[in-house]
Amino acid sequence: MRILAMPRVTRWRPIATILILLGLLAAFARFKYGLGATTNLTDEFPWGLWIGFDFLGIGLAASGFTIVAAVNLFHAKEYEPIVRPAILTAFIGYLLVVLVLIIDLGRPDHFWHPLVMWNPHSVMCEISWCLMLYTTVLSLEFAPIILEKFNIHKPIKWIHAISLPLMIFGVLLSTLHQSSFGSLYLIVPNRLHALWYTPMLPVLFFISCIASGISMVVLESLILSRDGHDFLPTPLRANLAKIIAIALAVYFVVRVQDLLSRGALHELTTLTYYSLAFYAELLIGFVIPLVLLLFGRVRTSRRGLYFATLMVVVGFAFNRMNTAITGMEQYPAHTYFPSLIEIFIMLGITAIGFTAFTITVKYLPIFEPVEVAPRLRETAVTGLPEPIFLAREGSDLKPS
Amino acid sequence: MTSQKKAMLIDLTLCIGCNACQGACKEENRLPPEEEKYLSLTAYTALSKYNDLYVRRMCQHCDVPTCVSVCPVGALTKSETGPVAYDADKCIGCRYCLQACPYHVPKYEWSSTQPRIQKCKFCATRLAKGLQPACAEGCPTGATKFGARDEMLLEAANRINAEPAKYVPRIYGKDDVGGTSMLYLSPVPFEQLGFDARLGKIPMPMLTMSALSKVPNVLSVGGVLLGGIWWITNRRSEVQAYEASRGKSRSSRHEDNP
Repeated sequence: MRILAMPRVTRWRPIATILILLGLLAAFARFKYGLGATTNLTDEFPWGLWIGFDFLGIGLAASGFTIVAAVNLFHAKEYEPIVRPAILTAFIGYLLVVLVLIIDLGRPDHFWHPLVMWNPHSVMCEISWCLMLYTTVLSLEFAPIILEKFNIHKPIKWIHAISLPLMIFGVLLSTLHQSSFGSLYLIVPNRLHALWYTPMLPVLFFISCIASGISMVVLESLILSRDGHDFLPTPLRANLAKIIAIALAVYFVVRVQDLLSRGALHELTTLTYYSLAFYAELLIGFVIPLVLLLFGRVRTSRRGLYFATLMVVVGFAFNRMNTAITGMEQYPAHTYFPSLIEIFIMLGITAIGFTAFTITVKYLPIFEPVEVAPRLRETAVTGLPEPIFLAREGSDLKPS
Repeated sequence: MTSQKKAMLIDLTLCIGCNACQGACKEENRLPPEEEKYLSLTAYTALSKYNDLYVRRMCQHCDVPTCVSVCPVGALTKSETGPVAYDADKCIGCRYCLQACPYHVPKYEWSSTQPRIQKCKFCATRLAKGLQPACAEGCPTGATKFGARDEMLLEAANRINAEPAKYVPRIYGKDDVGGTSMLYLSPVPFEQLGFDARLGKIPMPMLTMSALSKVPNVLSVGGVLLGGIWWITNRRSEVQAYEASRGKSRSSRHEDNP
């Protein structure tokens, strides 16, 4: 196995260690003293930074289903090299979100209740189920990578046998809950600001997660393939950039059309607390990267693509935080800013995520630099989707 | 036959702001007796003052309650007689009810490590015994009147008809957010009294149902669609692989066929 050169973030290890320790301390305080003493959440503002983080984490983990769908259901086999990173990103993302959700719950000891006490009218119940089922799907999709490492082949065959329905199920679950995070806010037309509240919220959440999820994988491929080892050839990365651009364009059109049809566009004619937040989100996350990605030169340039996808991710974060926080604030009467403990827990969990990713990439075959040209469509292997991403060339999995 | 659905008619023209309702409520629910101006963990009802009018706030016990619909574990339930009840043993503390309640009613025990929500219970235990809620019983002026919802609606309409100059021609709660158990009569437009004009007549849960009702379709249609796409793309790859394996020998034929 080839060990990749990691990005040289100076003093990453001590920083991550400190963040994780602070996060642990903060989590301890949260459980010891309760939400009131440790967060800035109130009856008027019962959901804050952590919910925003959940939106963000799930959205950035969307690569898990888009890439799997593209490669294994639509047979775009040339993108196989990014399937594993996409699955890993999604798996870590979902585990962290579940962790944050449990910390956020007033009664973490009751976290399992939605599984036995159903309320089919509740979006929250649907999301709980989707999160649980999809995390299970992801763990099954990820398991072969670990099993392969330890040369245990039998369970891989079992997973292979159900791989097609498993992947279809995973894609459907993702479609459902990615949009359902938007549906959570359908019930607060009287609270969420007109710039964000729309019956189209689920659709908008879904379209934007496609752009952000793929951007995240492109970003990873750029950061982690240094020192001449590129596991994603430039033309393919440029193609992904095109898909991102299409998603951004569709999003932009739907968003603006929605503002027009609801008559909310006038909110943008003056510079207010809300319109500034809206402009920041739409310009950074959607308009500027869209314009950048229209240029072939940007799509084929590592640096250009790096900045464009980074903007998509940052703008996406703005979008989700605006929906969860800015839009729900009653400026200037009722505003919300997270407490240090809320922030430390979020940073700590982010650091855990990055560390888990770095360690996994180091010890498991996630990224495999492309040495030969990737398989072309014409020579793609047919049949059931391969034992999740295993029977790639060079794989040592031989049923014996 | 009248329905068993109960309601309270709150006539703002009769309220003198004596706060007896809050006192009776606090006594009934064994809460600290201090007078409070806003809804809180220890005040399930409170009077807000608008010039010389007092508006009593409390859980509206909606006919199609938003809180009941959003609760992922069904900790909140609507009973046939009207009360929206809360079961702390089920509650996971997601606080979606606080977020979604159109009347900002549920209050959360933020300082507890095992927090619950608190709100008006519509004296469900008293109702079960055939008694009226403590606040209605405690009201000295009849500003709060308890009875069957049909009768209360009828009475409200009669009061408006009898003295049209005294009231705005609207029974708040009759069909607001799909109807509530608390019916209000007012001498001034309700928007001036802190009632949210944006709420409308449609029950809030309908907004969510438009999205949630698509879930079975997404699963069934989506499943078939994705399966179909896989089958087609897979078939295409098979054909291509087959053609490629015989490609060399057949390539000349392709050139012959424009």
